[in-house]
Amino acid sequence: MCPGLSHQGHRDGQRGGEGVVELGERLEYKKMLLTGDDAVAYAVKQSRVDLVAAYPITPQTVIVERIAEFAANGEFEGEFVPVESEHSAMSACVGGALTGARVFTATASQGLALMHEILYAAASMRLPMAMAVANRALNAPLNIHNDHSDIMGSRDSGWIILFSESPEEAYDRVIQAFKISESVDLPVAVNLDAFTLTHSAEIVRMLPDEVIARFVGRPPRRPTLLDERSKSFGLMALPDTYQYFKDDHYRSMEESPPSIRRVEEEYKGISGRSYEPIKKYALEDADVVMIMLGSYAGTARMAARRMRSEGHKVGVLSLGWYRPFPKREILDAVEDADTLVVMDRALSYGAPANPLMTDIITMLYEAGMRKRIINVAYGLGGGEFTEDDARTLLEYALKEGPRREFFFYYGGRE
Amino acid sequence: MKDPKLKPQLRFQINPGGWFEGGSSVEYTTNDWRLERPVINLDKCVGCLYCWIYCPEPAIIPLDREGRGPTKVEVDYDHCKGCGICAQVCPTKAIEMVREEVKV
Amino acid sequence: MMEEFKPVRSIFEIPRKERLAPGHRACAGCGPMIAIRQILLVSPEEPIVVNATGCVEVATSVYPQTAWIVPWAHVAFENSAAVASGVEAAMKSLKRRGGIDKERPVIVFAGDGGTFDIGLQALSGALERGHKMLYVCYDNEAYMNTGIQRSSATPYGAWTTTSPFGKVWPGKRERKKDIISIVASHGVPYTATASIYHWKDLMTKVRKALSYDGPTFLHVYAPCNRGWRFDPSLTVEVARRAVETRFFPLYEVEEGKYRITVPVPKPRPLEDFLSIQGRFRHLLRPEYREALETLKKMVDDRWTWLERMATATSKS
Repeated sequence: MCPGLSHQGHRDGQRGGEGVVELGERLEYKKMLLTGDDAVAYAVKQSRVDLVAAYPITPQTVIVERIAEFAANGEFEGEFVPVESEHSAMSACVGGALTGARVFTATASQGLALMHEILYAAASMRLPMAMAVANRALNAPLNIHNDHSDIMGSRDSGWIILFSESPEEAYDRVIQAFKISESVDLPVAVNLDAFTLTHSAEIVRMLPDEVIARFVGRPPRRPTLLDERSKSFGLMALPDTYQYFKDDHYRSMEESPPSIRRVEEEYKGISGRSYEPIKKYALEDADVVMIMLGSYAGTARMAARRMRSEGHKVGVLSLGWYRPFPKREILDAVEDADTLVVMDRALSYGAPANPLMTDIITMLYEAGMRKRIINVAYGLGGGEFTEDDARTLLEYALKEGPRREFFFYYGGRE
Repeated sequence: MKDPKLKPQLRFQINPGGWFEGGSSVEYTTNDWRLERPVINLDKCVGCLYCWIYCPEPAIIPLDREGRGPTKVEVDYDHCKGCGICAQVCPTKAIEMVREEVKV
Repeated sequence: MMEEFKPVRSIFEIPRKERLAPGHRACAGCGPMIAIRQILLVSPEEPIVVNATGCVEVATSVYPQTAWIVPWAHVAFENSAAVASGVEAAMKSLKRRGGIDKERPVIVFAGDGGTFDIGLQALSGALERGHKMLYVCYDNEAYMNTGIQRSSATPYGAWTTTSPFGKVWPGKRERKKDIISIVASHGVPYTATASIYHWKDLMTKVRKALSYDGPTFLHVYAPCNRGWRFDPSLTVEVARRAVETRFFPLYEVEEGKYRITVPVPKPRPLEDFLSIQGRFRHLLRPEYREALETLKKMVDDRWTWLERMATATSKS
């Protein structure tokens, strides 16, 4: 999303601006002014979810409130279970998924950290489910604002991890998440940045209920607790068998891309909106490419657009998929660039590099590509990042400099 | 040279996510856990089923499995671990714990 | 709301259809496995079982050998009440959408560690939300799966590896947590204690609990011969003496009314229970006399309190 296009709206004043727009015969949508949280709640309502188990945490709260409101008015047909912690939220989702039901939860920050143990269980038990993560910094110091340290802490739990950059993308990605997870038997986390997405209202082109209902359908049959022949789930594996399950889980992630792509294409068919593993902006002949996750990519694109008009060869690449990591797509896109600016909103203390940087540099090494790479830690705990900030970094990268460097970029005013 | 990519074949299926069909533990025998075996004197057995209700395995099998009355029992020696609870609770002392011969 | 239920009057009315298969790897003479077998045998319908991490779970579920003939799920140690909440709520939605004809009973099996300690929050949440489930705590009074460490269910004076007796300590220095009061104070319709020796009482309580449309709770005394240090053949006898000495009273709290279901008008001396277990035997030595008296007083006070509760609530 771009600064200037959004505003911090009053919670109750965000819906409105409705109007049905028809796109040919099949495509139609209703324009609504929604925050990211609201958009996610609508996506859940429309996706015929059986069970929502969630615990409120800023800035995910509105998702839970809105679903409760839908339930209170009979607009949400599933069960809403207001659990007593995020640990129980994820546990109840696992229980629900074991019956073959479609389940959803949402959390952020400390809540995701509290769920940590069960995230691994959900993924390695190969249970489909969707979760929205309203990315927020981790304590200490206490901070409710945006960065990616929460999801990076859960990076290796075996979930499919997607990022959104606008309320509409959050809406679209959550709907896709159910279908993706049910086609590959892996849970899917959809990330939306705290406040910049969760609490900022933008126009969301909502698709009709029946279109979404038809798109998601009912969950396909899989072994469940309700099967005619009783089954046991969550057995203990001794060293002789444990690795087989991990191998299987690992492989399922490796093999997931075609299934995710298929869902993205199908979604394009009903919405006219196209989704891909990465989002490319002005990369064709770019000398400098800024690589990002989440909502600040829009800000960087604004800066790049202006700099392009001034003749600077800069571009922006942002990731829609984080796990599985879209290696091929990124490599193709940055092949000709001289300099990469890898923007991390989470730290990995004492590591050779921060999370996104680690991924990028590993990928380049494998491909035998050597480039100048600047790793920037920025926007931690909601740290500001404006178009000027993006410009500052891109201009820095256009100049000669060391082949490898890392620094904290504080952003904001001087 | 051993192939480092070798994945040993298992005798059983690896179900994704780690589920399995219920009741499969019958294939696992625990008869070698036992130091003593319960031997039932059917002349003394009155069919009260106390041994059955208290067996932790279950390794006591009622001879009449469908009925609703007293029935004598037999021991599933594949699974009995020889705890001796059946002998301890038997009101007619119809079960005797007999030392297993230890084969070395 | 409660459906009709029939008390268990005879061993011969119990269906002989096993819902737990042999070949599990619980220790010989395992008390918890006796409790689980008895409960499953008497459940009127085939339940869905949610199992917390613990002795029972690891002993019954080594891949690919599961002892559960009924549908069964394990996720983690502290969350079985939350997992069961999800199973129950999801079934409601599936039924409403026509995916299933009827909801099945949900039974949780968790040990004292998974209930009194690490799982207490999830349990409290599930009770407060009112999910229809029978939560069974099989109480062997310590963390047995990890090798006999004290829990908040371990009684005063008991030896465990983390509450050893010594020159200063008498064994565990704290009293056993009163889980029934905690559960009852959530306002659930039915909660009770039970013991594997008193199978008729236990099985009747299972039927009664499952007849309620809401959360119910059973606290089942399930001796562990490895952890309590007694001969495996004595598991049931130890459970019997716990009741007959008033050490573990059998009672129920039904719609707020307390009732002692197995009265013990003439209790046996507490020593009859303590002396057959290695974990308590030190209390019979002169240097621990004071601790023994403390424990006896706790047992007496508890019984007196129960009788008073029973009298007070029966009148209302």
